[in-house]
Amino acid sequence: MSAIPAGWEVVIGLETHAQLSTASKIFSGSPTQYGAAPNTQASVVDLALPGTLPVLNKGAVECAIKFGLAVNATIAPRSIFARKNYFYPDLPKGYQISQYELPVVVGGEVKITVGNEEKSIQLTRAHLEEDAGKSLHEGLETSGVSGIDLNRAGTPLLEIVTEPCMRSAEEAVAYAKALHGIVTWIGICDGNMQEGSFRCDANVSVRRAGEQKLGTRAEIKNVNSFRFLEKAIQYEVRRQIEVIEDGGKVVQETRLYDADRDETRSMRSKEDAMDYRYFPDPDLLPVEISEAWIGEIKSAMPELPEQRRQRFERDFALSAYDAAQLTATRETASYFEQVVEGAGAAHAKLAANWVLGEVSALLNEIGGSTSHVRPAQLVGILNRVIDQTISNKAAKEVFHGIAHGDAPGNGDDAADVIIEMRGLRQVSDSGAIEKIVDEVIAANQKSVEEYKAGKEKALNALFGQVMKASNKTANPAQVTEILKRKLST
Amino acid sequence: MSFAHTSLKALRAALDTKQVSATELAEYFLARAEKALALNAFLHIDRGLTLGQAREADARIARGEATALTGIPVAHKDIFVTRDWRSTAGSNMLADYVSPFDATVVEKLGAADGKGAGMVCLGKLNCDEFAMGSSNENSAFGPVKNPWNPAKIPGGSSGGSAAAIAAGLAPAATGTDTGGSLRQPAAMCGITAIKPTYGRVSRYGMIAFASSLDQGGPMAKSAEDCALLLDAMVGFDERDSTSLNSAEAQTPVLAGFLAAFGSEKRVDTGSPLKGVRIGVPKEFFGAGLAADVARAVEAALVEFEMLGAVRVDISLPRTTLSIPAYYVIAPAEASSNLSRFDGVRYGHRTKNYRDLAEMIANSRAEGFGEEVKRRILTGAYVLSHGYYDAYYLQAQRVRRLIGLDFQEAFKSCDFIMGPVSPTTAWSIGAKNNDPVAMYLEDIYTLGVSLAGLPGMSAPCGFGEDNMPIGLQIIGNYFDEGRMMAAAHQYQQVTDWHTRCPEAFK
Repeated sequence: MSAIPAGWEVVIGLETHAQLSTASKIFSGSPTQYGAAPNTQASVVDLALPGTLPVLNKGAVECAIKFGLAVNATIAPRSIFARKNYFYPDLPKGYQISQYELPVVVGGEVKITVGNEEKSIQLTRAHLEEDAGKSLHEGLETSGVSGIDLNRAGTPLLEIVTEPCMRSAEEAVAYAKALHGIVTWIGICDGNMQEGSFRCDANVSVRRAGEQKLGTRAEIKNVNSFRFLEKAIQYEVRRQIEVIEDGGKVVQETRLYDADRDETRSMRSKEDAMDYRYFPDPDLLPVEISEAWIGEIKSAMPELPEQRRQRFERDFALSAYDAAQLTATRETASYFEQVVEGAGAAHAKLAANWVLGEVSALLNEIGGSTSHVRPAQLVGILNRVIDQTISNKAAKEVFHGIAHGDAPGNGDDAADVIIEMRGLRQVSDSGAIEKIVDEVIAANQKSVEEYKAGKEKALNALFGQVMKASNKTANPAQVTEILKRKLST
Repeated sequence: MSFAHTSLKALRAALDTKQVSATELAEYFLARAEKALALNAFLHIDRGLTLGQAREADARIARGEATALTGIPVAHKDIFVTRDWRSTAGSNMLADYVSPFDATVVEKLGAADGKGAGMVCLGKLNCDEFAMGSSNENSAFGPVKNPWNPAKIPGGSSGGSAAAIAAGLAPAATGTDTGGSLRQPAAMCGITAIKPTYGRVSRYGMIAFASSLDQGGPMAKSAEDCALLLDAMVGFDERDSTSLNSAEAQTPVLAGFLAAFGSEKRVDTGSPLKGVRIGVPKEFFGAGLAADVARAVEAALVEFEMLGAVRVDISLPRTTLSIPAYYVIAPAEASSNLSRFDGVRYGHRTKNYRDLAEMIANSRAEGFGEEVKRRILTGAYVLSHGYYDAYYLQAQRVRRLIGLDFQEAFKSCDFIMGPVSPTTAWSIGAKNNDPVAMYLEDIYTLGVSLAGLPGMSAPCGFGEDNMPIGLQIIGNYFDEGRMMAAAHQYQQVTDWHTRCPEAFK
């Protein structure tokens, strides 16, 4: 990370567009599926043909209410859709339907942890709006035309705006990740950043430490990953400080982040800023949200990440770190919970280690979100670790065996099947182990002498030999104990 | 046999008794329309399409599935989009535009796979460009001439519709009203029309001018005809968010019309309107009202008194404010509604451009007429940063107050009556260079539009120039049935609505 130079303070506010996971568009019945052939998901309403009118998709409002509840915000009993007027070929009506003066969600907060410090990021508002279409230039250069794909036009978005309350790129990324966690957790957004389902614009300014007045800000657009968000802000902070230190002035402008060059570039300055001539959309009625409606949605809301994190800490005596990791996604949390249920709360820490260790490593490897080892199967492994039937090492082998589908039938008893199949049962019969130890000592006199001469490392070699001779089934703790006893005589 | 100025009820009877077929009726009116091309009322006629619909209607009648309107011809203002006929909105911007779908109103009145009323579409009617105008001179396809005197305007913006009815080119027509566009041409052409309560008739498929004001409605010879037509046009439409779905909005139009003042026989009792209070706003009879119009309206009020109604003096104190309020709000909405006409996806695209911005700008500069541009500019101005509060918000406040004035007035009366327009139809070209003078002509109709109330126009006499004069009847929300019933009683004792221009007998 690049530290903020002494004597400077960074001020960041984020505007995030979360594409809502509704089946149809916000003001028409067209589907919202990603990746369809151009203009196959654009109806007469999306094309803004003469005489067409928007009709609000209630599902989009429900998403906004869910979000409001999740971040402890005020849900406006009455909010208004407004028209934002500007001309662009991929904006079919010549205006975007958005919310301006009265947004559906007001206030709220998102908790983040940076280092060991907890911080609450204050939200200004969240409002519903429609996305525009896409202009296509690629592959059309030689023909001298541009294509317009209106599949995306009218896709519902929730724009979530923070106060300018973040003070570093790290905080901004932590917030973006936490927000991403929330919207995916409550199921209102698929969170896919590559497909543009979750995009962040950062308003960045710098000021001399101690200064009260905000510096002139630049808005950075086109950031489609957390890493780029961090790098874009870091670049922008450096740039602005340099401008000021060189005696210049930061101009208010929109800048695009270019990931290939790792820099931000001016897109348009405030002088070209448009007058959007916002006014209430006369085609749409005010959105009225009753307490009863909110109550209905609230009762169907899943337990939120923050609540679940606290519960994990409390009920399973887990560290704040473990609990936070386990609640990073809803899938992980529910996987963990199923494992604990099977293995018993007393073994929650063991379950946590496995979920955050092997399970998560495997998921990273296969790049999916659903483990190949079912919770019940992992419980089967943990039970054998707990009753000392297998060593931790053997347990990992069992885990990967199940993941690779090595257990015939792939049932919930897959762990036992593989243990038997591969003879991984741990030998805890001290007589049997003593016999092997004796054989190993007899056959490795050189190591024995080295050990006796004070070379601790020699013990490892002997230990390895014993384990090998036992086909890795000897109880490691017992092996160590017996070895040490016999060598000290 | 003449069907040119026949009531819809009589046409129904003729169809039911096989005196005439739907196909013959369609042929009859098509022939009249083709003979009257000089009026420039129609923008698009297609015999094949019309006769196809007529044959369908005949089949439906033969199956015994006819509604009150099946087989009766209707023509649509070219603001309603149609799948088969071009939909131009009177603009070069959409000169060749064909919609892939029918407007809800077109669907409801048409066949719509047996779900519609089964009327036969005669074609599309001329109007002011995007319904902006009071004289029909703003049509890109030339002005419509008034059948009573071709040197005169027919009123606007539904001028083609009014002229077609007056000349007997169609027995029924649709129109739209944003600030008086149904009522004023009806008055100037001597026919009957009603603008219903805002939200009763779906706006889906109506090319938008000012969304919060636009409302479709019927135009015909009489109040009774209008009641039949409006009954088939109203209803909640899930495709229009401003379409009303409340219990009140379900108030049936025709049943309300029939129940209001009893059957026609009550005319014989002499006072079918006994107890009905008619509010007469003093602001509608001040300076600016032509003497001949005042006299005709006064005579109509006396007629209503003779039918048993009582006259009540009322005040609509903000009447003059309705002009500035309207000419802020309507252009504001129009400036945004017309942004979609950018030459990108459909409509006129300039041949003269170097880049995108120029393509959009030139397409619009070439595609729109002068009045449309004037309103877009006005609208963009009043919505601009720094002017929004002073103009748009202020106009919205005035609008609310105007609505309250009407509600205050309705405490002491059932209907409000007065003139539709301060003058009779003026000569084509007379006010072309003075847009403000043209705007002032709308003084009596704008308030009703701003308040979203139902308002109608019924013929009540002729001026010194022998041009028709209209009586405006304003009702409270959802009271269309009773309004038209009251007008119907008036039309039982008067014959203004049966008069027709000599040249179009």
